[in-house]
Amino acid sequence: MTTLPLTEFEVVYHRPDTLATITTHYCPGCTHGLIHRLIAEVIDELELRERTICVAPVGCAVFAYNYFNVDGCEAPHGRAPAMATGMKRCQPDKIVFTYQGDGDLAAIGTNEIIHAAGRGENLTVIFVNNATYGMTGGQMAPTTLVGQVTPSSPTGRDAHMVGLPMHVSEMISTLSGASYVVRRSVHNVANINKTKAAIKTAFRVQMEGLGLSMVEILSSCPTNWHMAPPDALQWIEDAMMPVFPLGDYKVTDAVMPLTKRR
Amino acid sequence: MTKDLWKGNEAMAEAAIRAGVEAYFGYPITPQTELLEYMARELPKYPGRVFLQAESELAAVNMVYGAACSGVRSMSSSSSPGISLMSEGLSYIAGTEVPAVLVDVMRGGPGLGNIQPSQSDYFQMTKSLGHGDYHALVLAPATVQEAVDMTYESFALAEKYRTVVVILADGAIGQMMEPVELPPWRQPLTEAERPDWALRGANGRPNRVLTSLNLTAEGLEESNLRLQARLAEIQQHEVRWEEEMTDDADLVLVAFGTMGRICKSVLRTARRNGLKVGLLRPITLWPFPSERLHELAGQVQRLLVVEMNAGQMLLDVQAAAAGRAPVHFYGRMGGMVPLPDEVEEQIELLMREGTTRPYAAQSSANGKLPSLPTRVSHPVEGSRHDNITTY
Amino acid sequence: MARGTVVIDMNRCKGCELCTTVCPQQILQMATLYNARGYHPAVLVDPEERCTGCTLCAVICPDAVMTVYRLPAKTGKQAAVHTH
Repeated sequence: MTTLPLTEFEVVYHRPDTLATITTHYCPGCTHGLIHRLIAEVIDELELRERTICVAPVGCAVFAYNYFNVDGCEAPHGRAPAMATGMKRCQPDKIVFTYQGDGDLAAIGTNEIIHAAGRGENLTVIFVNNATYGMTGGQMAPTTLVGQVTPSSPTGRDAHMVGLPMHVSEMISTLSGASYVVRRSVHNVANINKTKAAIKTAFRVQMEGLGLSMVEILSSCPTNWHMAPPDALQWIEDAMMPVFPLGDYKVTDAVMPLTKRR
Repeated sequence: MTKDLWKGNEAMAEAAIRAGVEAYFGYPITPQTELLEYMARELPKYPGRVFLQAESELAAVNMVYGAACSGVRSMSSSSSPGISLMSEGLSYIAGTEVPAVLVDVMRGGPGLGNIQPSQSDYFQMTKSLGHGDYHALVLAPATVQEAVDMTYESFALAEKYRTVVVILADGAIGQMMEPVELPPWRQPLTEAERPDWALRGANGRPNRVLTSLNLTAEGLEESNLRLQARLAEIQQHEVRWEEEMTDDADLVLVAFGTMGRICKSVLRTARRNGLKVGLLRPITLWPFPSERLHELAGQVQRLLVVEMNAGQMLLDVQAAAAGRAPVHFYGRMGGMVPLPDEVEEQIELLMREGTTRPYAAQSSANGKLPSLPTRVSHPVEGSRHDNITTY
Repeated sequence: MARGTVVIDMNRCKGCELCTTVCPQQILQMATLYNARGYHPAVLVDPEERCTGCTLCAVICPDAVMTVYRLPAKTGKQAAVHTH
């Protein structure tokens, strides 16, 4: 430890105020926690805490409402975009975001996300893609990779039986009401910073009332992938990113200037 | 007050608007759609009120759930198949203890069924509206006026008991027009009147959480006990029924909604023919007027339950009678509506032979179940297929 | 002379080791002791005071257990919080 007393130093990073002080239930090294932290940092920096409402999914992030110091609720599996629609339309001055996994959004909830995007709901969707149903024990999700072994694809995902992994950002970007749809990853520091920038832009899109914003985030699941946390982040880069290319899939002209702001 | 001619579905919509509904989310399905169309035309005229046609009934009820969690007076409406899609969301609403109103205009079932009036969702609405121990408060109108009054009152009931209140109409009530006296205007809730659990943004206060999740058994039991206590309160204070000529009746008809209304004309004809017949018409189907029926069962020779289904309220009447009087049943299915003379015929049969005769299609008068229709539209050459049924 | 340091909330750390993989100075290690949750928490081992307060460990920490400090530059310019 340094010999200088701490008082000599100034804080350059501290836990965001919007992040509740309790320890999350997420597994060690699970990047759900990290994504929560990025959202909390963005809410702090945009000073939105007192008018933000979180809609949690069914999945590992079902307790998301316990981890943000904002008003929160929990939607039936896959239905967060519909619940958030009802909430946002009744409270247009509030900032409403859904936090959803790939089982929640890309499987049971595809109809709800497609129509929320189709209508151009002024919502922010944080879509965490970790290629598995984490909470229930790692079963195959629409984003599970070909050959990936899971308890419900014991011989590896077979494209002939269940098709190829679903490209959600590409799909949602075709909908008129989606005005900001990007895919990011949190597998290293540089990309974590880009993810935070994207989340910040997404919240700004909602603040400006420019339609639906969605950030798909490639995320890790050390426990169900049976990997140590650092290897899981590596697997995102080696295995997931070739299948799920990072990039901006929809940035309307109106949104473009927002992407330039810090 | 003057009376105007209103179609059931539209009258219920207007009543909800006058009751201060702030958000309506629905989906087209006959025979309920005029309610949605009326909301599409009228609701946006009032500041701050929201109308949205959802991508499915399932999405619609979850939009109601979101609005309800915002402390906003919200509702949806649908018909039988749509209600089935809503059952998960309704369970979440009940489990989270937030208020919501639902209008169900029943149609013929099961499956796609048809768009005729029916009462075949009685079990669904009073016993199994969704998973978990809960009941909605279920009101069954027999006239368009009653449908208006019930819809108008349902928001206050939902907010008082923080649960789901259902107006259980059927295709007849939804589609017919009747003279109606509309209730007075009531303004929607102001910000100050919002309930203290509403999610409005943690502005200068600790954040609030609304969820039906309770991972510990103790925690979930505790919220269930709270829910059951509130349901007991509803059972104690909100049971409603109507009685006609039951004081000296030998036989009491038990029928709700449209069927209850038809039995009123049966009652008059039977009395003219010197038969001492009375009627008990349950108005709340949950809570069910069991106590009163139990009393009545001790004073009459027999009860005749008449429904537009295969016999569902029948079970609640049997439970209430608890053997104190024989409970008979007559019903029609598929959207067929038992007409007064059919019911009168059953009453005479009961008086003579002590039993009713269930309606049976003419073709299988010999009591054999009618064989399933062959679905092959064109005969397949060279194969013997008389009576082979293909699915 | 140290230009920065990190305070780790030892009992909240889940021992995932991610911070040790990004620290440019390689001065974060997993402790041998157990914390209250039974994990080996991360610990700063910086005898030569090489920490610059670069915040990379905080950026990758899934449980936000890192508070990062930096010695104000001679010109006394206030470092913006959360800058990376």
